[in-house]
Amino acid sequence: MTGSQRPDETSPGTTLLAATGICKHFGDFTANDDVGFEIEAGEIHALLGENGAGKSTFVKMVYGLLQPDSGQIIWRGEPVTIRSPQHARELGIGMVFQHFSLFQALTVAENIALALPPGESLEDLSERVRAMSAEYGIGVDPDARIHNLSVGEQQRVEIVRCLLQDPSLLIMDEPTSVLTPQETEQLFDVLRRFSKAGVAILFISHKLEEIRSLTRRATVLRRGRNVGTVESASRSSKQLAEMMVGSSVGDIDGQGAPKSEPDVLFAVGGLDRPPATPFATPLRNLSFVARAGEVLGIAGIAGNGQDELMEALTGEWTGAGQNVITINGRDITRDGPSRRRQHSIGFVPEERNGHAAVPGMSLADNALLTSHSLGEVASRGVIDSDRTRQMAAEIAGAFDVRLPQENPMASALSGGNLQKFVVGREISKQPSLFIVSQPTWGVDVGAALFIRRAMLELAESGSAVVMISQDLEEIFAISHRVAVLHDGQMSEPMVTADTTAETVGLLMGGSVPLKTAGAGDAA
Amino acid sequence: MYEELILTVLMTSVPLVYAAIGELVVERSGVLNLGVEGMMLMGAVAAFGVAMVSGSLFLGVLAGALAGMLTASLFGILVLGFATNQVATGLALTIFGTGLSGLVGAPLIGKAIEGLPQISLPVLSDLPVVGKLVFSHDLVAYGSVVVVVAVAYFLKRTRAGLVLRAIGDNHDSAHALGYPVLGVRFAAVLFGGMMAGIGGAYLPLMLTPHWAEGMTAGRGWIALALVVFASWMPWRVLVGALIFGGITIMQLAGQAEGWTIPSQFLSMLPYLATIIVLVLISGNREFALANSPACLGRAFHAGK
Repeated sequence: MTGSQRPDETSPGTTLLAATGICKHFGDFTANDDVGFEIEAGEIHALLGENGAGKSTFVKMVYGLLQPDSGQIIWRGEPVTIRSPQHARELGIGMVFQHFSLFQALTVAENIALALPPGESLEDLSERVRAMSAEYGIGVDPDARIHNLSVGEQQRVEIVRCLLQDPSLLIMDEPTSVLTPQETEQLFDVLRRFSKAGVAILFISHKLEEIRSLTRRATVLRRGRNVGTVESASRSSKQLAEMMVGSSVGDIDGQGAPKSEPDVLFAVGGLDRPPATPFATPLRNLSFVARAGEVLGIAGIAGNGQDELMEALTGEWTGAGQNVITINGRDITRDGPSRRRQHSIGFVPEERNGHAAVPGMSLADNALLTSHSLGEVASRGVIDSDRTRQMAAEIAGAFDVRLPQENPMASALSGGNLQKFVVGREISKQPSLFIVSQPTWGVDVGAALFIRRAMLELAESGSAVVMISQDLEEIFAISHRVAVLHDGQMSEPMVTADTTAETVGLLMGGSVPLKTAGAGDAA
Repeated sequence: MYEELILTVLMTSVPLVYAAIGELVVERSGVLNLGVEGMMLMGAVAAFGVAMVSGSLFLGVLAGALAGMLTASLFGILVLGFATNQVATGLALTIFGTGLSGLVGAPLIGKAIEGLPQISLPVLSDLPVVGKLVFSHDLVAYGSVVVVVAVAYFLKRTRAGLVLRAIGDNHDSAHALGYPVLGVRFAAVLFGGMMAGIGGAYLPLMLTPHWAEGMTAGRGWIALALVVFASWMPWRVLVGALIFGGITIMQLAGQAEGWTIPSQFLSMLPYLATIIVLVLISGNREFALANSPACLGRAFHAGK
């Protein structure tokens, strides 16, 4: 950066930040396990991994938002304990978050002033913003109010705010996840100029092509462990994907063609959904069918439209129009969740606490919540408490839910046990269609196996299972066909046995264009 | 006659300006304090008592300000320290203030303050018409205009004001930048209490020289409505206070003139006007985002 070189600026090629043996646990979940990492001054370095691989945890420790349980961070050759974000900024570490922390009602200049030490007038600051904006071609107007800016413009404000603090390391958490391709290109131009000016950039992403074109080196994390650091350009996207998802995902046990006749049970044709919030992903012309007796896996990295799709499938959002979602040929597009349940559909959304189950209610009451519309546990509006208790106990027994006491609150159960309960609650009704999102997210291995087996058994009994999951291992373990959701669009489903984790991984990362189903349809 | 009427309107609006400008600062920091009525009453009773005993207007106003602050500090401790629900706590504060001021003020009922000198500007107040309307008020009335100007300058031009607005807009981001969310809010709540206390003090000291239980008669609620009516802009508080004050006087004048409109309809007007302003605000996205504090009424938990 012109005219703002730090006196102690390390020259390019020397190590700016090194981390060794970083471990971080959350309860019994290990987010980072012996992670090592190095970045040089002026280098653009990628941190690559699937969601949940521990990328965010790691950078939060570098930025002082979390403290490592063990391990050491060395900054400019000195061991440091980064106590807080302020401390990180004092050291010269800046971070741009995935979801911005701007003040919507304030102007660009006011937002930036709040992040800088006091003493400078807004007029002087606006001048500096204009100068920097012109120097790097960023295009930020200091007098604009944030809520009038596009997402890409807001991100540039965040970047300018970081840069005015004169950092030598800029961390960017999935900066392109909210950008259009054109905005992404502009961002990369800006980042390359920073790099030339001596600012090191730690770039977090799971988009392989971006990493290959922008970064010099990439460090790959998988399940909290460092799998290796490689020269980005020397690896193909495929090799990077392999490192990211691991090569041990090929063990398949439950697939093959469904045993029963593949009748189309459930069909989605041309589902469009405009974004409800600035951070939502629009769904664009999604089409797929689910056949009796099969598990259809929908792979994809979180944030590519999974939540929006799930809401459309469960009936929490019913604005798709007419004849878009059908079961056995009957249009259910405008039916809410209870009506859809009456068509023998079971749902388990991703979030256990507060969405699939009410934490502050007993298991019996939670069992009631998805059964009342079927008329099993209540007559004329009066709840049959004995029946609901009995039902909860049956579900717990059949699905190996370990109860700390009789009829406990849902919040008293561990994640794995509660997940077994909410999955069991639906499967025990023998629905002809079962729709689930991230069925084994954050549960222990034993519970995950149990849940997967239960879903396979349900499919074998002649029902259809639609499983949205970002766990490729899970997709390949139990789904007969797999479709990929990327950026609100869905690929044509592939037979799992005929494809590989690498192929699917590349589609998930967006480096291979999706062959979307129904793209040529007249509908 | 009209001179008198206008003078009364001006005087009626003074307590509204104080209470509303204080609440405006509180709300701009993201806190909703519905206890304005209670704080005003506490200010009124303290001011009247102290002024009667000491014979000093100045000490009376000072006591009103302190009593308002003390009452507000109770609210601040509950809402900011213990993260209690702001709406419920604010309502409780009004009930508390009404009750306690009634209890403390019981011996003061029927007493009058005598011989208190009105502090007015010499020479200027002797000018015809203008002199009486503009220059014959007491210093507390002029103070209300000064406070509005100061608050407008503070919010718009100073860094502390910027921090306060930022905290009201997004307390999580402000916290992440290292600003003391709860500290700033507590200071704002104290300022709001002080202003409500002064507004309350004006009633028994200047407007009607006696104390009566519940003598604010809903002015705290009108001040709250006024903040929304002013869409959180200090200058508009001044204009709104004149309008609301005018409506209040119209009620009285109307009764005296024998108007056939029931006075209840006139009492409704400030609230109707506020509802209309709210509808206009919510219909205009730009306006809503620019002025209404996004974190208004939301409890802040550090470390979340």
